[in-house]
Amino acid sequence: MTAIAPETAKSHSGFLLEPHWAEITAITPEADGISTYWIRFTDPAEQEAFRFEPGQFNMLYLPGFGESAISISSNPQDHEKIGHTIRFVGNVTRAVSRLKVGDIVGLRGPFGTYWPMKEIEGKDIFIACGGIGLPPLRPALYHIIQNREKYGKVTLLYGARTSGDLMFPNEYAEWRKAGIDVEITVDRGDANWNGRVGVVPMWFYQFRIDSRKTAVLTCGPEIMIRFVIFEAMARRVPSESIYVSLERNMKCGQGSCGHCQMGPYFICKDGPVFRFDELQSFFNVEEF
Amino acid sequence: MPSDRLPDIGSTITIEKPAFNLLLSRLKEEGYLPIGPRIKNDSLIYEEIESLEDLPRGYSTEQKPGSFRLVREKHARYFDIIPGSHSWKQFLFPSRVELFTLRKNGKGWENTTQPAEIPSYAFIGVRACELAAIQIQDNIFMRSDFTDPIYRARRQRVFIVSVNCTHPAETCFCTSMGTGPRVKELFDLSLTELDDVFVLTVGSQLARRLMTGIPFDDASGYILTNVEHRLNHAEQQMRRRLDTSDLPELILEHLDHPYWNEIGKRCLSCASCTQVCPTCFCWDTQDEMSLDGKTAKRTRVWDSCFNPGYSHQAGGNTRPTIYSRYRQWMSHKFGTWKQQYGTLGCVGCGRCITWCPAEIDITEEIAALRNEVKR
Amino acid sequence: MTTKKPAVAVYKFSSCDGCQLSILNMEDELLNLAEAIDIAFFLEATRAQKPGPYDIALVEGSITTPHEIERIREVRANAKVVIALGTCATAGGIQALRNFASAEEYAKVVYAHPEYLHYLQTATPIAEHIQVDMELWGCPVNKAQVIEVIVALLNNRRPNLPPHSVCLECKRRGTPCVIVDKGIPCIGPATQAGCGAICPAMGRGCYGCFGPARDVNTDAMANMLLKMERYPGETARLFRGISGYAPTFRTIVDEILPANEEAK
Repeated sequence: MTAIAPETAKSHSGFLLEPHWAEITAITPEADGISTYWIRFTDPAEQEAFRFEPGQFNMLYLPGFGESAISISSNPQDHEKIGHTIRFVGNVTRAVSRLKVGDIVGLRGPFGTYWPMKEIEGKDIFIACGGIGLPPLRPALYHIIQNREKYGKVTLLYGARTSGDLMFPNEYAEWRKAGIDVEITVDRGDANWNGRVGVVPMWFYQFRIDSRKTAVLTCGPEIMIRFVIFEAMARRVPSESIYVSLERNMKCGQGSCGHCQMGPYFICKDGPVFRFDELQSFFNVEEF
Repeated sequence: MPSDRLPDIGSTITIEKPAFNLLLSRLKEEGYLPIGPRIKNDSLIYEEIESLEDLPRGYSTEQKPGSFRLVREKHARYFDIIPGSHSWKQFLFPSRVELFTLRKNGKGWENTTQPAEIPSYAFIGVRACELAAIQIQDNIFMRSDFTDPIYRARRQRVFIVSVNCTHPAETCFCTSMGTGPRVKELFDLSLTELDDVFVLTVGSQLARRLMTGIPFDDASGYILTNVEHRLNHAEQQMRRRLDTSDLPELILEHLDHPYWNEIGKRCLSCASCTQVCPTCFCWDTQDEMSLDGKTAKRTRVWDSCFNPGYSHQAGGNTRPTIYSRYRQWMSHKFGTWKQQYGTLGCVGCGRCITWCPAEIDITEEIAALRNEVKR
Repeated sequence: MTTKKPAVAVYKFSSCDGCQLSILNMEDELLNLAEAIDIAFFLEATRAQKPGPYDIALVEGSITTPHEIERIREVRANAKVVIALGTCATAGGIQALRNFASAEEYAKVVYAHPEYLHYLQTATPIAEHIQVDMELWGCPVNKAQVIEVIVALLNNRRPNLPPHSVCLECKRRGTPCVIVDKGIPCIGPATQAGCGAICPAMGRGCYGCFGPARDVNTDAMANMLLKMERYPGETARLFRGISGYAPTFRTIVDEILPANEEAK
């Protein structure tokens, strides 16, 4: 009995979860315990064919360790390399922290929904994010910069625990030059810091936003997301204009294994980016 | 009774019971592995069968919350039992299956997986509720946008001999879920057992062909009435009910009702209900590495939303409490499943009731939640 | 632990040697194991001893004598990573039953001259005496889990040890439930998986030798088992076995015993 050739494009390999191989080409340390890994598929054709939308993620695989869902943090227009900004917290990501340039990793993706860059054209954009929530939004920022004329006022309000935890600080000047209002805050100030102190939702209410024509994009710790949404709704931003990227323990990336379920959604397939009205009916149910 | 005549697809015939063994041999000649219910250590399991004699002839089953017993009866029927904790999903969605093995090759890895031989199963004795469960899992594993190659390879080759249920167990509620006891579709052969003959409806070209040389009669009006009568009787016998009229809203609109906590106090979070459920599909991967670090393997295993490790992520456990896990399970089965797949995730087979060691009965819990909500 | 093979020492405290034998019984894997690690001290296997300090200490047994308290501190001082191996080491083992009774009484019954014995009133897990880096349960431990822990250490990751109950393992291997199908009391729903669910596969109930699973519903467990007791006190006995001194199981018995007293 011979194996039957699979039918659909998505199961293009006969093996469920079979990884494609990519080489680490550079590693950029970003903050304590966080680095960006730049990788290329070892097969040039695969690299050429790889396209993603801002907000999507890949499953990164280390044989013997397992897989980890990592959002793509690089420029979608850069077809030479793929960037993943990784915090070393789990079994897989801690093993990633020990990898060097030239090492090989497994990759599957891209997966999931993305920031609605098309739908929000013509609108003001308010991006509220915290900590490791900025990397999934960086591709969106690049997209905005490349298409700046298509959007109204664009504000990035970004917070981190301390100034040392801020992601991509070297790029802020460039983003500002491109017409993005970059506002940074830290939870705890120190000698190196003379900017804003306080959490993101606390500063959020200080900004003037035109609720009728502003899209709010938010990503970060779930507690921050909840407060940002609360604050945005309080200021009459309709839930249809609020977009949120959620994190659950994605495992298969295909809405098949069940782990990342939240209500009627598998976050890996129906998310990670949601329009808030899709979540509203159960978002505040505890432990759901 | 000329042996070169073949029954038409859609026609109903009768065969002498011993002739069923001819059919089994025919299936084996065609490369099928017949699987059916059989008794092993006082339990009823699904396993390879050689002939009719392997079936639990003369038995019935007694099922209630937390208890299953085989009962020796005076009859000589083969299919009067209601299935045990096994379900057909273990053959289509194996509880443990190797995904691939990799061997270190220089800097990278080489896929050294040996292609697994995938058996062609012939399922003997699939109940209507179980057919509905297979249909539900088809929707999950063979979606338009994603097909699971492991499931599909097995599913495509299955030959199904379904059985009309004439003696439902106390835990059955398929009539409430609209799935049984009558088999309607998705079979190659549909069987109803009468005292002296098997009544078969032919559902596929292959089934028709397999009848070559097997003596049969066209089912008489009397036989067809008898079958109908038995099925009606089975429907009437089913006393357990689940009111689905207000589902999924009842659940989805009361996710923070305190009653969930009440169930949580009784639930062991042992995961048995999800494992015996013929529609539950959650799985996990296990990663292994050899001691020399040169071979890595990924294996897929059944998982459960009751597993404390199920919803762990970097930020902690999304469902740290037992009540939240129970709510996840029930609100998926009777709530969000509908939003995801268009049907409820329950077929009314009653396994989760019988195999709950804590004797939790979902039909009662939903009724209780409804009462609590109305208060 | 990159290039140099880690030096491993295997120690025995109060125990039956079964866990050490599990290592020696690995057969196919034993050669690979010897390739991957340097077995520097393992009296059960060889008299050859290399001096410490060691990278990994595998400790079998519980602490039952004053001398063992001294010894276990030396083990800790001499090893980078200490792994408690088996249920004696993680919960005191069967000898911890003395913790619920009088050790003197037991000594008097068993020995002609108990005055020569030097023992502690209790048998206690290793972690009650020193910092333990990892615990591997089982009576005896499961071979595959021992290898998994060693592979994990070699690769600097956490081992994959299941947090869930034995029930999931029974179902995965297709074992019919002994509670439901046979009415046999089984504490599998409260017990950590990892053994391969071997007892129910042989038609008997789990007696918890792998210790408590994570998040056990102790009330519900007690209720279920009390209902199916074949003789009074059976449930308490089931929990007060090899893992009886494990806190979760102690809690369950504490809940049951007053009820048993009332019943009398």
